[in-house]
Amino acid sequence: MGAIEIDSLSKSYGNVRALDSVSFTVERGELFGLIGPDGAGKTTLFRLLTTLLNADEGSAKVDGFDIRADYLAIRSRVGYMPGRFSLYPDLTVEENLNFFAALFGVTVDESYDLIAPIYKQIEPFRKRRAGKLSGGMKQKLALSCALIHRPSVLFLDEPTTGVDAVSRSEFWDMLAGLKERGITILVSTPYMDEASRCDRIALCNEGHILGIDTPEGIVRGFDKRLYGISARNMFALLERARRVEGVEECYPFGEKHHLVASEEFDIERFKAEFSDVEDFEIVSVAPTIEDMFIKLMKR
Amino acid sequence: MRGNFLSFVKKESLHILRDKRTMLVVMLIPVVLMILFGFAISTEVNNINVAVVVSERTDGISDAVERLAQNDYFTFKGYISEDDIDPWLRSGKVGAVVVFASDFDRRKEQAAQGIDTKPIIQLIVDASNVNTAGSATAYLQSVLLGSASQQAMFETRMLFNPQMKSAYNFVPGIMGLIFILVCAMMTSVSIVREKEVGTMEVLLVSPVRPVKIIFAKMIPYFAISCIVLVTILLLARYLLGVPMTGGVWGIFSLSLLYLMLSLALGLLVSTIATTQMAALLISAMVMMMPILMLSGMLFPIENLPKFFRVVSNIVPARWYIDAVRKMMIQGLPIVAVWRNCVILLAMTVAILGVSLKKFNDKLE
Repeated sequence: MGAIEIDSLSKSYGNVRALDSVSFTVERGELFGLIGPDGAGKTTLFRLLTTLLNADEGSAKVDGFDIRADYLAIRSRVGYMPGRFSLYPDLTVEENLNFFAALFGVTVDESYDLIAPIYKQIEPFRKRRAGKLSGGMKQKLALSCALIHRPSVLFLDEPTTGVDAVSRSEFWDMLAGLKERGITILVSTPYMDEASRCDRIALCNEGHILGIDTPEGIVRGFDKRLYGISARNMFALLERARRVEGVEECYPFGEKHHLVASEEFDIERFKAEFSDVEDFEIVSVAPTIEDMFIKLMKR
Repeated sequence: MRGNFLSFVKKESLHILRDKRTMLVVMLIPVVLMILFGFAISTEVNNINVAVVVSERTDGISDAVERLAQNDYFTFKGYISEDDIDPWLRSGKVGAVVVFASDFDRRKEQAAQGIDTKPIIQLIVDASNVNTAGSATAYLQSVLLGSASQQAMFETRMLFNPQMKSAYNFVPGIMGLIFILVCAMMTSVSIVREKEVGTMEVLLVSPVRPVKIIFAKMIPYFAISCIVLVTILLLARYLLGVPMTGGVWGIFSLSLLYLMLSLALGLLVSTIATTQMAALLISAMVMMMPILMLSGMLFPIENLPKFFRVVSNIVPARWYIDAVRKMMIQGLPIVAVWRNCVILLAMTVAILGVSLKKFNDKLE
């Protein structure tokens, strides 16, 4: 039995279909990532699984409990960190933690061993109001609060949005630590580069799941040749490259444009054709999850 | 679970204590309102400027003007000519002008004997404020005619508020208003704040039923309201000299009931509003307007058009203010207002029932 079993779950807001018949299973002790842009339906899925919303169709089980029938049981055994900062800014770090401990009928001491690796980093500021903490510290406090009752399943909705790169990386290290303790974690993020830190990921867009696999598996599914091209005038290059025969896709990707080649694509001919372009360069690049996401989205 | 209930109360109290500005406003508003209504805003006639027009100054006129000048309620501004009447009234230099007939002394005699019944004094009053004009006119008449003339016809005794102090009338009204303000507005805003900030989401995904959290929220506001209640009663008794002969404990118990009703109203608002601003507006507009207009605080309910008189029955403040007035000023014991108590109790139970039923432990 999986920790989270989702069976064709659907949810609409008026005419907007936020979630369209989504199904997947998260195994126990797995760190599972939901990767997708804003509006993909990630938050809706979290709210359905944490029993904050009622599903229109389909069903789901969290830790063996049905989200509709046993929602009270689910509420006492999951940890939930919503997308925006949801602690009391006018209470201190310590007061927030004590309050959430009381909310779940536990004491901070009982769970200290579990939260210590995270909480220790903000403990020196325990008398500071939560609203005055930096983004990274707020997030650590929120995670500590979500863990205070030793949940079996942890739901983290975009925990790294709006947090600096160093704190983001630290945060993923913390999640890896929690996974070691056997906690199942469902985490969502709009950052494709964070996907590789998950055991498995689901790529989602506009209420649909585009694909589910390990990060490596997702990348392996990219079965086309991929090149990175660059030149002095990047915009003109993009326009021109798209018109060349054998170029399936060409899109901006960081400092380069990524070019997806079809069977007919001949790199030598391409190089010759662009020899007049100033500072022209073409190199073979390894596909990333984002390339795969773009490919799946176009389909 | 008892322990965690107390920690919710503690958390809520911390929110209130940390928000010093709001706290100060809540504590000061009742005091300011009491002083404002008690002293500054009153329907009593005070310091009306009066000028006099005469053709000649006879003894009788001098007597009458003397009485006028010595009266605390009027300030005598001097004799003016007939042409000045309009500009003086228009510019607000005077609120009333007294015009004496030319043969005032002789005709006053005749009037006293019942021979002549034509007017001998003309009062020209600035009636842009109806209340003031009305009382000023009545009072001027009695002052000018003096004690001798027509006093024998009526003997009037004003019961309960013999000096007709408007403060007596306003204190119950202020109480009816202020508790809605403190309890209903503040609780609804504090509950809605949790929704708006997003902490409600986290609270809901926990084993504690939201109802429990809500009740824990009400306790500190209830405590603050009790302090406010004591403040108002002390100010009413010792600053404004309201008699409270009906017994303070009766007023206190009834007020506690009204506090609970206000808290229940706050909860009801919080189930409707999704933003703090909306909660504030609903509390201010939907609840305060009826209290001001339909509770008998400013306008007697008997004077309202029939439709509004019927509507006023569902305004809780109407029943509360009415009962407090009876106990505070007429000196009735609480048993005498049992009907009001029962109505208020029924309203509290109904509002609480509806809001608890409406209160959703999901987000939609």
